[in-house]
Amino acid sequence: MILDFFSYLLRFILIILLQVLVVDNIDISTKVNPYIYIGFILLLPVTIKPWFALVLAFLCGATMDTFSKTPGMHIAATLLLAYLRIHYLRFSTTKEDIESRIRPSISKKGVVWFVFYAFIMTFIHHTLLFYLEIYGFQEFFNTLLRILLSTLVTVLMIVVGQLLFYNVKTRNE
Amino acid sequence: MRNLIFFIYKYHVFFMFFLLEVLAFVILYRYNNYQKASFLNYTGAIANNFYTGVSNTKDYFNLRRVNDSLQLENARLRTQLLTSYYQNNISLNSINDTVYKQQYTYLTARVVNNSVTKRKNYITLNRGRLHGIEEKMAVISETGVVGIVNHVSDHYCTVLSVLNSDCRISAKLQKNGAFGALMWDGNNPRIAQLKDVNKHVPVRINDMIVTSNFSPIFPEGIPIGKIYYHTLDAGDNFHTIDVEMFTDFTTVSTVYIIKNVFKQEQESLESLLIEERNKK
Repeated sequence: MILDFFSYLLRFILIILLQVLVVDNIDISTKVNPYIYIGFILLLPVTIKPWFALVLAFLCGATMDTFSKTPGMHIAATLLLAYLRIHYLRFSTTKEDIESRIRPSISKKGVVWFVFYAFIMTFIHHTLLFYLEIYGFQEFFNTLLRILLSTLVTVLMIVVGQLLFYNVKTRNE
Repeated sequence: MRNLIFFIYKYHVFFMFFLLEVLAFVILYRYNNYQKASFLNYTGAIANNFYTGVSNTKDYFNLRRVNDSLQLENARLRTQLLTSYYQNNISLNSINDTVYKQQYTYLTARVVNNSVTKRKNYITLNRGRLHGIEEKMAVISETGVVGIVNHVSDHYCTVLSVLNSDCRISAKLQKNGAFGALMWDGNNPRIAQLKDVNKHVPVRINDMIVTSNFSPIFPEGIPIGKIYYHTLDAGDNFHTIDVEMFTDFTTVSTVYIIKNVFKQEQESLESLLIEERNKK
């Protein structure tokens, strides 16, 4: 349990640092603002207690709000993501997945399953976040384009990140 | 009662999600107005200390470029010095100057954090209330306009960058003084838009845009950029103008904060007008 706690904490700190120090400083375009920190929520184990996932999502969002000087936007978007993720996983995981307490990752569920899962979840998160940032629907289609492009880049980064970091671990297991 | 508790227990995940989401939206509604500083003062201190460390490291890599631009600026300022002018008058009497009075004072500051790709970009500077910074002071770089101070804590201030949809700067064409409002449409961090320039005003590519004399924030004539593209649609009363800004927001690292000494006087005078209007 305590080991679990430190493992979460370490992942949390690493991914937030990666977001704030590296990804936020990549100036690709004003149309592309990737938020890879949601990978932390996406890769939580299938068996994690739902309330705990929500608390983690809240903390994650609050930390991002602090760094990006936005009030509550990341909290709102990340909470929605964590809540819908619970329901999504209920329908798309098998009994064996739950019994072996997997993380929903590429190595366990395959590339196609993961990309689909990550895309839907990221799209929901980015949609809420970007419209809250604009605070209205004045620039509806421009924002929709930003959401789509940012979602693609976020998913790409999360997939590449997994191929880089997680494969080594699973080979050893 | 037992049924109620059972009901809440059964759907506790949804209730928890709902409560936390409501909390998030309360924070959002209370603090989204960019004039309300308190949220940033609570959470800002943590982030600012962190970003100071990061920027200390990053500054090393920019030293050469910063030196170059500072040298250029020094050269420009030296040419404006009194000693670089030819003295034409024969008698030199020192008199107490009542004609010229200092109106603007400049303070240097370092960029601690900055973004250019978001829809609402802010810049954090390492100067705050203790250095005499107040809200709505002008911020410029060696090359041109940067933004307006919007929140101040003891040691830091955040600046509403020109690259922010909430930022409007009163500007004019240098050659004929026609004025407009400078805004950013969120697309290209080098290009801003000049609105409200009347259609009878002749504009040409590469015309200089500078700050106007209407604003109590910016001194008159600070360079902003030059016209990059312009059109006039039939039936439109205003030009559509794209301005290429002189300030490169992606690399800006040292800036000046400008204090208008007469600002309070101007504002208290103008507030009399508002009071008068309210009485009528």
